[in-house]
Amino acid sequence: MSETALAQPEKLPVGPIGRHGIGYWGVGTLVASEAALFAYLLFAYFYTGAAAQPGWLLEPAPPLKLALPNTILLLASSLVAWVGERGVLDRRRWQALLGFGGAAIMGTGFVVVQWFEWKAKAYGLGTSSYASLYFVTTGFHIAHVIVGIGVLVAIFAWTALDYFSPRRRLTVSAGVLYWHFVDLVWLFVFATYYVTPYLGFGR
Amino acid sequence: MRPADYRTPAIGSDSLAHQARLLEVWATAPGLKGFFSSVDHKQIGIRYIVTAFLFLALGGIEALVMRLQLAGPNLSLLTPEQYNQLFSTHGMTMIFLYASPILSGFSNYLWPLLLGSRDMAFPRLNALSYWIYAAAGIFLYAGFLTGNGPNDGWFNYVPYASRDYNPGLNEDFYSLGMVFLGISTTVGAANFIVTALRTRAPGMSINRLPIMVWGTLTASAANLVVVPAVSLAFLLLWMDRQFGTHFFDPGGGGQPLLWQHLFWIFGHPWVYAIVLPAMGMVSDGLPVFCRRPLVGYAAVALSTVATMILGFGVWVHHMFATGLPGLALSFFSAASIAITLPSAVAVFAWLATIWLGRPVITTALLFFASTILLFVIGGVSGFMTASVPVDWQLTDTYFVVAHLHYVLIGINVFPVVGAAYFWIPKMTGRMLDERLGRWNFWTMFVGFNLAFLPMHVTGLLGMPRRVYTYAQGMGWDTLNLITSIGSFVFAVGVLLFFVNVWKSLRSVANAGPNPWDAPTLEWAVSSPPPPYNFAVIPTVVSRHPLWENRLDEEGAVSSIERGMLLDKGKETVGTTALDAVPDMVLEMPEDSFAPVLLALGAAALFVGLLLKAWLVAGGGTGLVALAILIWLWPRRELREREAGS
Repeated sequence: MSETALAQPEKLPVGPIGRHGIGYWGVGTLVASEAALFAYLLFAYFYTGAAAQPGWLLEPAPPLKLALPNTILLLASSLVAWVGERGVLDRRRWQALLGFGGAAIMGTGFVVVQWFEWKAKAYGLGTSSYASLYFVTTGFHIAHVIVGIGVLVAIFAWTALDYFSPRRRLTVSAGVLYWHFVDLVWLFVFATYYVTPYLGFGR
Repeated sequence: MRPADYRTPAIGSDSLAHQARLLEVWATAPGLKGFFSSVDHKQIGIRYIVTAFLFLALGGIEALVMRLQLAGPNLSLLTPEQYNQLFSTHGMTMIFLYASPILSGFSNYLWPLLLGSRDMAFPRLNALSYWIYAAAGIFLYAGFLTGNGPNDGWFNYVPYASRDYNPGLNEDFYSLGMVFLGISTTVGAANFIVTALRTRAPGMSINRLPIMVWGTLTASAANLVVVPAVSLAFLLLWMDRQFGTHFFDPGGGGQPLLWQHLFWIFGHPWVYAIVLPAMGMVSDGLPVFCRRPLVGYAAVALSTVATMILGFGVWVHHMFATGLPGLALSFFSAASIAITLPSAVAVFAWLATIWLGRPVITTALLFFASTILLFVIGGVSGFMTASVPVDWQLTDTYFVVAHLHYVLIGINVFPVVGAAYFWIPKMTGRMLDERLGRWNFWTMFVGFNLAFLPMHVTGLLGMPRRVYTYAQGMGWDTLNLITSIGSFVFAVGVLLFFVNVWKSLRSVANAGPNPWDAPTLEWAVSSPPPPYNFAVIPTVVSRHPLWENRLDEEGAVSSIERGMLLDKGKETVGTTALDAVPDMVLEMPEDSFAPVLLALGAAALFVGLLLKAWLVAGGGTGLVALAILIWLWPRRELREREAGS
């Protein structure tokens, strides 16, 4: 008779400790799926643009006056959210609140500026396929930013209620991960709609 | 009291007192409260299975009505519009509401049992994916029942789907319903992925996973990244129809072919998503009746993954006749032909298992073995259409209809019914009748082949698909009559299956834990299993823990009777992704109303969008937000976080 193998682990973490927990994997799958969604949106842009007639680009030189600072604002908010996460890690609650609140405000600022950017366009949703792609892609992104702001506000409120500790903070890390994703994906949207025309795509 | 952050799990043996403790923690509340709040994967799995079989019956009735219309030339049982709605709804029902959910149902029920765990990784997400599926199914069928069913095929090509040609609500129901259903598929996929990677019995390293887990894991990984393509396509179509955008409208610079690309980027991987888990059922079920382990486990597991990887690169073979450049056609044709290689690996592994085993003929074995034959027929006709010139000849004819039914019925319905004969005794504790089972199998098998084998010829003779009738004297009359007769025989076979299940449910529960003397963990627990599945967490050292004594191929044997007790709450063990080393104690969520609330809010949102009732849509969104907040609110018992710590 052979010996029976038996897993007898030493001390195991009970529930998520730090980022170590299956919830983090869950948010990872969410991010993967959302990233795919944006990939298809950009695929639609490049596919339509590659086969389009000259003149398809309604703005061959897209104005960067608002879009570039706004991009920097959004990327900076990722940094601020990270500082907030560090605040939870180092048990500095004021830093955490400042980080999450600051990132939420910067995100809101991005939405407002994007709204003015939309208002300034000479074309609307139904003008052409380019216009539809532009508004729907940036609209999808704005919707994600708004959800992300909601997540930051929830984390802010729960931090204010003192729910988190350096060990018990999976929600914070998962929420901040989502915010990083929302910011990162904007870089791709920005590069597609604001940079590739300067490189010659669609002209 | 605040529980400790770290603990050394107590090891012990099963006992009645221990079982009573676990039962108190894991049992679902009785009555309606339990019905709407349960997160037990077994209850959710059975709901999935029942709902999906209901849709199979509906889709089958739709098919029969169509076969009556096509039984002879120039019949007028259906108007062209009715026929359009029927064939589109039939496709939608079978592909989206039956074929995938039925596999989710079996996987939901079986996975934690196969993996030696107490539930899925995200039990509430599991409940949500069922409620969304049910709500989206009702939403889609509400369209059909009000005369607004999809009428442009399940693939829904523009421009016929655009508003100019299709002014009714038909396409809006379909578009929004598909976006809605996509949520269910996506969260389900996420749950399967994390479950397979993180909640296995200690010792169940990745090379010891049952093949069905490989199949569903692969399918889920694909679904996670391809479902957004179709959800996006349907959303853009809805915007084209309702908000004057120009994504698919050439008049505004849009690209009609963009629809086909987005649809098939999703659609072809999806085909593998609805057959790979079913092939896994065969790979796990067939060897039990051949009394030996599957031949070529590693090759079958790897070819499952390889099929999907190649499957991402074959979508254009649905578009060979759309005028794409020759280079693209060559590439996608080559990829489509190459995909026969990993598919053949599974076929030869099954044949070798039968050849080298000592087959015991049961109804389940007949269904599993017949899958091999039907798969080969469907595979060969698929291989033919992978060749561009052959496809140009055959596309849009009944040859393609015959091919896709051999694939979908052959590698989904047949293995699923086999799986039902195999696993229903585990779910209910009651065997299905073997005698009736033989009638069931042979009626289905003969009926199916009678219906669909001649259909290849109908297609070769040029009969176009998706047309409500045909003229006399084209040489199609007899063939169509045979197909119609065959389809009714097949339907009787399916009915016999339902009768058998119904009879079994009224019989005495005497199946015992392991009626087939099968090797995997689900057969180590009682039938039906207790709410907590395993009283102690098993440790496994092989792919077939219950056959170790007779196979004697490992040094040690698996431990089923002794293991971690994990009875300090609703707990199970989390393991590492590859080696399945115990990694953490997972505190599982209690039953919750949040998932059903979220699904209701989402349903209100989609109804609001459909009717442009913005208040309803806004209210639905608010309800969704509320449900998410309740769902994620910090809770002491979940150990996510601790106020004031």
